[in-house]
Amino acid sequence: MGAATETFYSVIRRQGITRRSFHKFCSLTATSLGLGPLAASRIANALETKPRVPVIWMHGLECTCCSESFIRSAHPLVKDAVLSMISLDYDDTIMAAAGHQAEAILEETRAKHKGQYILAVEGNPPLNEGGMFCIDGGKPFVEKLKMMAEDAMAIIAWGACASWGCVQAAKPNPTQATPIDKVIANKPIIKVPGCPPIAEVMTGVVTFIITFGKLPELDRQGRPKMFYSQRIHDKCYRRPHFDAGQFVEEWDDEAARKGYCLYKMGCKGPTTYNACSTVRWNGGVSFPIQSGHGCIGCSEDGFWDKGSFYDRLTNIKQFGIEKNADQIGMVAAGAVGAAVAAHAAVTAVKRLAGKREDAHHTS
Amino acid sequence: MMDVAARPAEAEPDLSAIAADAAGEHGVGRPAVYVYEAPVRICHWVNAFSIIVLMVTGYLIGTPLPSVEGEASANFVMGYIRFAHFAAGQVLAVFFLARILWAFVGNHHSRQIFYLPVHRKHFWKEVLHEIRWYAFLEHEPKMYVGHNPLARTAMFTGFTLFVAFMIVTGFALYSEGADIDSWQHKLFGWVFAIWPNSQDVHTWHHLGMWALVAFVMVHIYAAVREDIMSRQSIISSMISGERHSATEKLE
Repeated sequence: MGAATETFYSVIRRQGITRRSFHKFCSLTATSLGLGPLAASRIANALETKPRVPVIWMHGLECTCCSESFIRSAHPLVKDAVLSMISLDYDDTIMAAAGHQAEAILEETRAKHKGQYILAVEGNPPLNEGGMFCIDGGKPFVEKLKMMAEDAMAIIAWGACASWGCVQAAKPNPTQATPIDKVIANKPIIKVPGCPPIAEVMTGVVTFIITFGKLPELDRQGRPKMFYSQRIHDKCYRRPHFDAGQFVEEWDDEAARKGYCLYKMGCKGPTTYNACSTVRWNGGVSFPIQSGHGCIGCSEDGFWDKGSFYDRLTNIKQFGIEKNADQIGMVAAGAVGAAVAAHAAVTAVKRLAGKREDAHHTS
Repeated sequence: MMDVAARPAEAEPDLSAIAADAAGEHGVGRPAVYVYEAPVRICHWVNAFSIIVLMVTGYLIGTPLPSVEGEASANFVMGYIRFAHFAAGQVLAVFFLARILWAFVGNHHSRQIFYLPVHRKHFWKEVLHEIRWYAFLEHEPKMYVGHNPLARTAMFTGFTLFVAFMIVTGFALYSEGADIDSWQHKLFGWVFAIWPNSQDVHTWHHLGMWALVAFVMVHIYAAVREDIMSRQSIISSMISGERHSATEKLE
């Protein structure tokens, strides 16, 4: 574990990377994080002087799509992030060690780097039946999570699972899968939602924490502002068609071929906070809307339980029959209208009857 | 104010005028009481107009019109609809606030729709009486200068609470486009602590609209009906501010 006291710079120099390339890397990283020109030298300084940050990467109930995304990062390359910038001491999916040897690293890191390591959590702990739905290393994952969280500097909640619960927490959530912030209350938690999150967003968050030694600025919901402060809709290249009132009405219509707005097809861009429409995917190649499919809102809370991916208005299930707000509203308004009409009719009849009676009395 | 001349009886209790009125010398024998002050009436009609605009444009935002032809740069249909919605929403918010302020300085009728005397037994008895009147179980309605207790309950929930809910959720949704650092987000961003996914806020905003549609229908029907049945002026009162009554049992 001597590597933990090394700096990023000393590691890459040993790997044969020139100082010139190192500075190029710093400039590129500063640019991709949207920082100013001075930040490049601050990053360089940090990577030259600060010891590499130990990272423990744990997996709860998840599908590993976050890891799959992470290893495809282009700016910075994941190789730089994993092999040089951080000291990835534990990640049971990709580490060489196994069994007791691997588990021993957890104890070691806890003792050696108390309060200094970052705990990155992919997936979430199921709490039902004492946590037995996710057994990791012979004990419930929730216990392992709590143990490692105790001495961590901060926790990164990777993906929709760790941030919100995702598919395993969708109704009726039989295993009682619970997001990290509902289990760990006394540590700073940064949510990086998405199913999976964008690779560059993941490595970008790691780079920021290592460079500045603190968490980036978070929004109200604990997400880094630099990647999650705007909706897909706000930066969507099809936005002009939305403002113009030009929509795809059917999947195979002329409007779909022309690349009109997918709002009517249930695109969740207007309610989804993520960087897809700016950073895009696979090294900036494309993102769902660019490929002709609406956003499904995978970085939002409970996106599995918000009705069809292809409906504009969300279905409400509380009323027995699945209907959206407008259908329910129209029925309610119709009922009130009918009641008003009936009441008016009774009133008129009563009044006429009353008048006739009055006429009888006076005559 | 021009109304002062029209109601000498209230401005300064002129006993001879009342006596003359009772004797039928004013022709109609309907005592007029000044109920709705000018700011109340202005707020009423501005809010009514805003709410109509908001309902129509709001529905069209959720269910947009068929696509328009031509270049995107040559059209701004959705943009104009959304602009009208946001503009009407801000007008409604401003006049709703103004109306709350007026409740502090206006007459006691102006405060009626902002709270309910739920702790008074008498209030509930009168609500029950009004319900019985609307259920055709009472023969005679009671007369009130302002709102009757049932109408007051309906105004408090149907207007004050619902509109406040719509303003809060509306600004929260607006803050999504306005930016995370906008004053709208600072003031109303807490809505997303209740519903972290703004899709839910949209759904509630829709349901709130339909609740207001139901309120508006009942509100207009009750006003027209009371105008005819209870023999008090209701609709014209919101224009002139005065309440006329055929009988003199005003409470």
